[in-house]
Amino acid sequence: MDQYILNLIFVGGSFALYIGIAIWARAGSTSDFYAASRGVNPVVNGAATAADWMSAASFISMAGLIAAVGYGNSTFLMGWTGGYVLLAMLLAPYLRKFGRFTVPDFIGDRFYSQTARLVAVISLLIISITYVIGQMTGAAVAFSRFLEVTNQTGLFIASGVVFCYAVLGGMKGITYTQLAQYVVLIIAYTIPAVFISFQLTGNPIPQLGLWSTHTGSGEPLLATLNSVLMDLGFNDYTGNHGSTFNMVLFTMSLMVGTAGLPHVIIRFFTVPRVADARTSAGWALVFIALLYTVAPAVGAMARLNIITTLWPQGIEGEPLAFDAKPDWMLNWERTGLLRFEDKNGDGLIQYYNQANPPARAIEEGWEGNEMVLFNNDILVLANPEIAQLPGWVIGLIAAGGLAAALSTAAGLLLAISSAVSHDLLKKMIMPQISEKAELMAARVSMAFAIALATWLGLNPPGFAAQVVALAFGLAAASLFPAIMMGIFSKKMNSTGAIVGMLVGLLSTVLYIFTYLGWFFIPGTNMLANTPDNWLFGISPLSFGTVGAALNFAAAYITLSMTKEAPAEIQELVESIRVPKGAGAAVDH
Amino acid sequence: MSDKSTDAYWKANVRIITICMVIWALVSFGFGIVFRPLLAGIPIGGTDLGFWFAQQGSMLTFIALIFYYRSYMNKLDKEFGVEE
Repeated sequence: MDQYILNLIFVGGSFALYIGIAIWARAGSTSDFYAASRGVNPVVNGAATAADWMSAASFISMAGLIAAVGYGNSTFLMGWTGGYVLLAMLLAPYLRKFGRFTVPDFIGDRFYSQTARLVAVISLLIISITYVIGQMTGAAVAFSRFLEVTNQTGLFIASGVVFCYAVLGGMKGITYTQLAQYVVLIIAYTIPAVFISFQLTGNPIPQLGLWSTHTGSGEPLLATLNSVLMDLGFNDYTGNHGSTFNMVLFTMSLMVGTAGLPHVIIRFFTVPRVADARTSAGWALVFIALLYTVAPAVGAMARLNIITTLWPQGIEGEPLAFDAKPDWMLNWERTGLLRFEDKNGDGLIQYYNQANPPARAIEEGWEGNEMVLFNNDILVLANPEIAQLPGWVIGLIAAGGLAAALSTAAGLLLAISSAVSHDLLKKMIMPQISEKAELMAARVSMAFAIALATWLGLNPPGFAAQVVALAFGLAAASLFPAIMMGIFSKKMNSTGAIVGMLVGLLSTVLYIFTYLGWFFIPGTNMLANTPDNWLFGISPLSFGTVGAALNFAAAYITLSMTKEAPAEIQELVESIRVPKGAGAAVDH
Repeated sequence: MSDKSTDAYWKANVRIITICMVIWALVSFGFGIVFRPLLAGIPIGGTDLGFWFAQQGSMLTFIALIFYYRSYMNKLDKEFGVEE
């Protein structure tokens, strides 16, 4: 069957499923819309959280990032999973006990301050809107490659589908579509990995294949990869070639940032009991790890596959000829994400590290690396083609990539719309608003958020990758410390929390803009973004950890100079620390 | 529930969280990054144990930690009579 038809069947079929679920799970009340009426099974919520969390970046980009650097990018694996330990122990159970609908709602009520609520709303909007851009562009890439439509058409289709289930169903619709999306994306990710692991190591389980013997060389897979990379002048895969200090700080920023992301936190408001919130965090991490333990295997194996495709007999043999390029290279060259250039005009592709050329390159006078562009995002999407898998696997990958992007987009859109309709409108501007009107407002703001996300997807700022760093940095520096102190520090008062959040927010934004440019506009950075210029050698991407520390410090210094939180607030904190009585807190 | 037992419950909770957090930091920042050179002598699949912790071991430990904490807290909730 034609590949295009296969892709269409898989993508179309999965979309029909999501819309079917949306019609089945319509939201009838604000509690349905914001928190799925708190009736979600903890294992189901775990899977929904996994889909909510695993974005286009996890599905499409992460394995490519690991493949490109090797050990140094293990930060993503540890950072993006370690945050769930923080969520399970420090935040989720108590926030569930408190029984509110949004993150700013907790911060506003716990710190008895509309200013605190407003600062939290602003942080939430910056974090979630920047994050949604990546999902929309990820969806557009998948559409344009697999369905051969323009980016624009792809985006409109994606927005239309999200509109159906998010506006109709709210959190209830999103929860059950995310469950379906998790199933689609995990199958799509695992199947090619199983084939590749089996081809390279004879072990069909990728998590074990990574540590197994490479059947081609008889040596361990990772040792083989190290030696072929070093033959071509690249760093070895398993070595540490960066700064250990920044690796620690960056991992910590990702962990704390993950725990502070509002669209992840609100998923834990949907389970019936406090104990379920703990269980749910555990299951979420199990479902996430099913993909995250496969990703490093996919990264290492695909990198080895690509090198052996380009150098079929190793560096001493004849490289691949330009006119012998396999179909997947031709397919991806058309997208502009892969490019070759015959610099020395010999009709052969010499792929090597031109900054550290191997001896043969100097002897034969090669004129530079001829695979001039290999975008990291190709790796996962092209994986089935690289490993010569059947056409239906390619269709499955297309549906999986879209599931990852759309499930995260929906979670983000809900976080955005509930902050607007619940926190800004109901809690600040129009307290008298009826439940029916609030539900309508939630739907309207959701529709606006989708329109905004689509517009941003059509006109993507050229700095999407850096913006994601900003989202994690801000979540780590503003929301996480405020929520944690709200639970663990009974005496923390409103002034302390507000000063802390502002210090964390502003220091992080300033540090990032100093090196990456004001609002990421190239050329407006005050200092060059090089390790020599960084304050104490701290990379702007790792600054979230420092911002969080400054937030805590500023809050406690302010607390020491002002009056502690009033007695009734301290009692409130005592009550959220114990699970008993969460049922009563639901309706407010 | 009296204030005294609320305090005792919270102290027990903070204690178990602290223990879990020490292990959390040890496997990721410790074995996976800072102490990796110390584990360099332990080979696994063509590389060393530190690499395994960075790419697989810490994630598996995180899962074990959350489920351990969950069952510990479920027991603690019952002991103090604060379960739902």
